[in-house]
Amino acid sequence: MSNDNKITRRGLMTRLLAGASIVVLGGCERLSQSTWFPRVLGLGEKATYRMQRLVLPRKAMAQEFPATDLSPQFRSNGTSMPNNPAYRALAANGFADYRLEVGGLVEQPMKLTLADIRALPSRTQITRHDCVEGWSAVGNWKGARLGALLEAVHLKPNARYVVFHCADPMEEDGTSLYYESVDLEDAFHPQTILAYELNGETLPIKNGAPLRLRLERQLGYKMAKYVMRLEIVEDLSGVAGGKGGYWEDRGYEWYAGI
Amino acid sequence: MKKKQYRIRISHGVLRAIHEARRISKTIGGRLGQLLSRTGSTGYPYYRHPLPVRIMHWCNVVFLATLLLSGLNIFNAHPALYWGKSSYRGVTPIVELRGKEDDEGEISGVTRIFGHDFATTGFLGASKDATGELTERGFPSWLTLPNDQWLALARRWHFFFAWLFVINGITFVTYSLVSRHVQHDLLPTWQDWRSIGKSIIDHLHFRHPTGAAAKRYNVLQKLTYLLVIFFLLPLMIVMGLGMSPAMDALYAGWVDIFFGRQSVRTIHFIVAWTLVLFVFVHVFEVIISGFWNNLRSMITGYYRVKSEADHE
Repeated sequence: MSNDNKITRRGLMTRLLAGASIVVLGGCERLSQSTWFPRVLGLGEKATYRMQRLVLPRKAMAQEFPATDLSPQFRSNGTSMPNNPAYRALAANGFADYRLEVGGLVEQPMKLTLADIRALPSRTQITRHDCVEGWSAVGNWKGARLGALLEAVHLKPNARYVVFHCADPMEEDGTSLYYESVDLEDAFHPQTILAYELNGETLPIKNGAPLRLRLERQLGYKMAKYVMRLEIVEDLSGVAGGKGGYWEDRGYEWYAGI
Repeated sequence: MKKKQYRIRISHGVLRAIHEARRISKTIGGRLGQLLSRTGSTGYPYYRHPLPVRIMHWCNVVFLATLLLSGLNIFNAHPALYWGKSSYRGVTPIVELRGKEDDEGEISGVTRIFGHDFATTGFLGASKDATGELTERGFPSWLTLPNDQWLALARRWHFFFAWLFVINGITFVTYSLVSRHVQHDLLPTWQDWRSIGKSIIDHLHFRHPTGAAAKRYNVLQKLTYLLVIFFLLPLMIVMGLGMSPAMDALYAGWVDIFFGRQSVRTIHFIVAWTLVLFVFVHVFEVIISGFWNNLRSMITGYYRVKSEADHE
């Protein structure tokens, strides 16, 4: 009698365990599909952002490498030739007609030629590019310090973010232009540059010619290629999907420090 | 002076709270234990796991499972592992899970380890998706969270649960040091060290104590738990942080101690599977040394010790 009881109890518990695991796994899938749960999970990003900003000194420098660590080929990821007639016309002319527009919350809006940008204080750095997918590549970048450019246009007091508007459409029909944004702390970091050279040569189109952002303490998707216009804003909700970037509007974290 | 008294009072308060929590959990656990083991048991109940340890143990089960499954989804975004500072050094990956498509459009999965190819169709490199169609993917969908290849959401799962895991881990280590769980139950004694040979032989023969000796961990168990708690799990966290470009800037170049960021990623992966191996061995030992008794003790706190007299 007692033995029977035992078996039933154990059988029941085994079935409970098996049932629970199915419910848990199915539940995880259902939670993933919901709108509220990924938002709760997003609290992790906020905690990471706060913590990393807390422990990381403002001017802490990303690692720089000797030339022996350079990747033989710097991988091109995402767009390698923007499907955009206006961009292609600029490229066909060697970007002679290219102008980088700087506007928004600035005292002095500007339109800069590549020669103007090359005349700005520059920085050359061999750094590692870490893609959100998991791979890394090392390249030698030269570019204008974004901080110097922002000083030249005189930010208004309520300026908080720099938005990078790019030339590369993310949809096949030529819509959804890539965009990204950084806060001023990152924008004024000494290693944050608008790069126009890779490995000692003019930046190739596959890597974002004529200008791409280098933001060495965050992941690759933050480093907008084919930068056409900088817009200084107070808050990101008014730009495109409102999350501060093309991938951010599609569920990726705005803060890509990890 | 006042400050010191205050501090003493606080630590007294903490100790009392721990004591109180133990007393309450013993009572509750005792009742549950009685309920679960009313029939056909011999021996006497022994209070083996205090409530905080039980709670944190089961939290860890949930957190580590979530981290593993979401981690495999993240891995699938670039299913290859490298050694060194970057992935592109003119050297091929040390491990790669690839899907190959032949001329007829037939997809097959290939696992390449140190240049050797293994056919792993259906499991690694290529496996069936939700619609039953063979598609290219590193680990199969039933091993990833979410099931679909969805890097953005997998990262959210991973980092949210990484925080919970870290908080749980810090709480556990603090509790275990303050309550002297580490000193009393986990650090091997001199007798333990001397019995190590016997313990190895006992394990190989699947012999486990049921009497008074079952009240305490054996030496191999102690060493394994110490290794997991104070080496593998912290290493996992450090290797996770080593992949963060922001944390790498904390002291430029520190990841090179671990041979560079891509090696860090590879170590993170290897340690994850080492922990899976630990869990398999752990569950195996739990099963063969009295599954229900062990499970009960980790739920209610009470382990039934068989009296030396009534060996069955």
